Amino acid sequence: MIAYIIRRILIMIPTLIAISIISFIIIQLPPGDFLTTYVSQLSASGETVDQAELEALKERFGLDEPLYKQYLKWAMNFLQGDFGHSFEWNKPVSELIGERLSLTVIISICTILFTWAISLPIGIYSAVRQYSWMDYFLTVIGFIGLATPNFLFALVMLWVSYAYLGLSIGGLFSPEYAEAPWSFAKVFDLFKHLWIPVVIVGTSHTAKFIRIIRGNLLDELRKPYVTTARAKGLSETHLILKYPVRVAINPLVSTIGWTLPELVSGIAITAVVLNLPTTGPLLLSALLSQDMQLAGTFIMLLSSLTVVGTLLSDILLAWVDPRIRFGAREGL
Amino acid sequence: MEQKQKEMKYLNATWRQLVWWRYQKHTLAMIGLVSITGMYFTAIFCEFLAPYEKDTRHLEAIYSPPSTVHIFDENGSLRWPFVRKTDMEIDLETHKMTFREVMGVNYPIKLFVRGDTYLFWGLWETDIHFFGVDSPAKLYLFGADRMGRDVFSRCLYGTRISLSIGMIGVFLSLVLGLTLGGISGYSGGWADVVIQRIIEIIRCFPSIPLWMGLSASMPPHWPALKVYFTITLILSLVGWTDLARMVRGKLIALREEEFVLAARFLGASDARIIFRHLLPSFTSHIIVSVTLAIPGMILAETALSFLGIGLRPPITSLGVLLKEAQNVTTVALYPWLLIPVAFVIIIVLSFNFVGDGLRDAVDPYSR
Amino acid sequence: MPPLLEVDDLQVHFFIDEGTVRAVDGVSFSLEQGKTLGIVGESGSGKSVIGQAILRIVPSPGQIVNGRILLQVDEKENLQQQTLDLVTIDPRGALARSIRGSDISMIFQEPMNSFSPVHTVGSQIMEALLIHSDVSKAEARNQAIEMLHRVGIPQPENRIDAYPHQLSGGMRQRAMIAMALVCRPRVLIADEPTTALDVTVQAQILALLKELQEEFGMAIIFISHNLGVISDISDDVLVVYFGRVMEQAPVKDIFDYPLHPYTQALLRSVPGIDTPVRTELATIEGTLPDPLAYIVGCPFYGRCTECGGDSVCRDQPYELTKVSPEHFVACPRMCIKL
Repeated sequence: MIAYIIRRILIMIPTLIAISIISFIIIQLPPGDFLTTYVSQLSASGETVDQAELEALKERFGLDEPLYKQYLKWAMNFLQGDFGHSFEWNKPVSELIGERLSLTVIISICTILFTWAISLPIGIYSAVRQYSWMDYFLTVIGFIGLATPNFLFALVMLWVSYAYLGLSIGGLFSPEYAEAPWSFAKVFDLFKHLWIPVVIVGTSHTAKFIRIIRGNLLDELRKPYVTTARAKGLSETHLILKYPVRVAINPLVSTIGWTLPELVSGIAITAVVLNLPTTGPLLLSALLSQDMQLAGTFIMLLSSLTVVGTLLSDILLAWVDPRIRFGAREGL
Repeated sequence: MEQKQKEMKYLNATWRQLVWWRYQKHTLAMIGLVSITGMYFTAIFCEFLAPYEKDTRHLEAIYSPPSTVHIFDENGSLRWPFVRKTDMEIDLETHKMTFREVMGVNYPIKLFVRGDTYLFWGLWETDIHFFGVDSPAKLYLFGADRMGRDVFSRCLYGTRISLSIGMIGVFLSLVLGLTLGGISGYSGGWADVVIQRIIEIIRCFPSIPLWMGLSASMPPHWPALKVYFTITLILSLVGWTDLARMVRGKLIALREEEFVLAARFLGASDARIIFRHLLPSFTSHIIVSVTLAIPGMILAETALSFLGIGLRPPITSLGVLLKEAQNVTTVALYPWLLIPVAFVIIIVLSFNFVGDGLRDAVDPYSR
Repeated sequence: MPPLLEVDDLQVHFFIDEGTVRAVDGVSFSLEQGKTLGIVGESGSGKSVIGQAILRIVPSPGQIVNGRILLQVDEKENLQQQTLDLVTIDPRGALARSIRGSDISMIFQEPMNSFSPVHTVGSQIMEALLIHSDVSKAEARNQAIEMLHRVGIPQPENRIDAYPHQLSGGMRQRAMIAMALVCRPRVLIADEPTTALDVTVQAQILALLKELQEEFGMAIIFISHNLGVISDISDDVLVVYFGRVMEQAPVKDIFDYPLHPYTQALLRSVPGIDTPVRTELATIEGTLPDPLAYIVGCPFYGRCTECGGDSVCRDQPYELTKVSPEHFVACPRMCIKL
């Protein structure tokens, strides 16, 4: 098991390097380097450009050096926690992203828990009562959930609650807590607001999970070991929960790996609509104003987040599935 | 005897016929098929079907609500559907606009009316529209936007762009996916390892932030058409991985099948094996994957355009239309701006239904 | 004294969209304690469904539409009679469940897939004990280890905690037998238990089954498509074709005086130890009839080389006729001749 984890961590390293290269490319993509953009923005707004500051920045990011050296410099800075400088905010990137990133993580985790809690019982029900009217009904609902993109759902929710209930459901905090330091009351306030984005982002995933669980379970229900267990005299409920559901959950654990990128995507764009203080709106404004250091850092960190998430889900999978656990040991 | 005939019908049926028969049993899939066919038809003939040109502004009708189509006149007798002319009144204090129907003259909805001139398929100029009403009345089935443009007409044009993005994007993904997945699955070895790693890395990225990053780096001065093709390219650069994985998986499974081994022992070339034996045995799976990939593309484009970093006017997709609906206070006042949402959902839903039905019909034993 | 298990005119139909599949269409037999009944037939002949029907685990959309399955039972709580008709009880009810796995148990063809891949072999064996008898976990574990030892698994104390994929095919089938027998059933249904195994392992498993039968005295219903295996283990043989019994006789009679052309054809297609090398084995021309068809007469009509297309065979209603006290055959032509 430990050997397996170590091997998985080693595999992760080249992935992270590749991700950092792509993120760096994105930073470099806009024409001209970001300093030129910065200078032109400053002069456009009539401010004077401090030559000394400019030189210092050039030195810091190695802008006069070849691209690969710039990359190495950027990557080394990144590893030391220096994520660069946001020219739009005129602040170090690290100051801007900390809280937003942790809020993204919190929403992601809550959404996964929500998704599982809803989809597991519904998926099991749908599979066991295949072709019942409830199954059809849930299938259709699931399809609609699947077909409605998060941000459109958020938009419609926002409109409905605003126009008919007179509520503004945007944001994650009540106004009085938004700028306040963290306290127990603020955490409580956060959870009062959190369920809206969780439900919105979670809906399409719930629909997808229900379909996966139903499909997996239908496959498993046909397997001989279910007949074996039935022939043993196990009661139907007990049997389904103990055997096929247990087996069908394994591939579901591995889905966390690819759900995370989608989840983070969904949260990013939903956050824009709902105006949540997470990474999404800041990333968008950074992109729109070509504040590429900030944008690149976001993309890099969000992707690393999903890589780590995938690692965790792989470990979890090895832990719940003996075939992988022992397979890995024999393979090494 | 009848039994025998029925039996013969099944025995003589081609594989295509069998798939079609199975497909027909799937009600939702049939609904999806009808709706997709209808939408492509609309997309192809949208200039003709839309009562107005997408960019025609009617300044007297800014934010006009959907027109009421009447079938009873003042006396309560049944008439061919008609609308009435509406007048806009602006409250000078609150700047609030109200629209009031002018009673008296009825403007029946006519078929094949003359209206805005347009270039049909860019080929010839005409001004015939499928339906519409005579001036000065206006027919706004879905209301008008902030420039007095007809939302219904714009939805039809938007459907065209959104559907075309899906088609072109998936086509590019398919080319990439088939080539790379094919190399990876057929030749194996280091090429396989490298391609698999690339796929894994791309899949680690949350797609929307990555798309956002890539498309935001397009210079703002690029012409709309160039943006359109770049966006399609960006979408397919990220979206090919699923297809490649499917192709690779199928190839690896089939590579060791007896019929492929037999072909190889008979001295068939690699190209012959791939194109004569391997590809035909999973074209159906490719079709299914493509059908299921199209809605993803359409949604991605909608999301990007909605955020303002995708397509730009004058190219009008459903996402560009929804950008108008970003502000909740605007939407609360003019809820018909949200109608494109329904178009997006119906498109995505239909493709999913068709894809699911196809998968079941093509391969009834796998799920 | 009535037989331990008696099946009378059993009919199991599958109701699918395209029509009705008569998987089992009027099968009768009886089984004495300690005896083995072999059921032989091609794949698709409905032989497995007979086993499933006895356990009342016929998968949907299959239904028992007619017949009786009479089992002699010990006194169970709130059950007075000695003979229980399994067709009448609720297949999901407590009574059916108390019979499954304890009075009647079953072993399956695929020893790999017949165990849950994510539970240990031991826990799956112990489960049967924990359901049916009032034992503690530790006691159940001891009994499971003992049973594993009994079926010839070396180091049962260690293997009990193994996962199915860690055992070889033969070991898995032994574990499967251990699971089926751990509650000492009186009827064991073995559905193609040796088909997926190597020939040598096959012989070992057969020997083991016979040995255990002698020790525990259970009756066995042995379902197989392999006449060789059937001849090795059975006392009586039921030849099933298209859901119907074609011939029923003691094993010696089936092999020495096969009456039905189908049985004869089956025997010709089996290589014996004395078959000269390079003899071309006979095959049976054609395939099973369309499963949806309802056939009045002999279902083998059309493939049968003996009757030569006699319309009597096609039209005369199916009937199993007694030709000697223990030998039954359902061939219209034979009946006419006799």
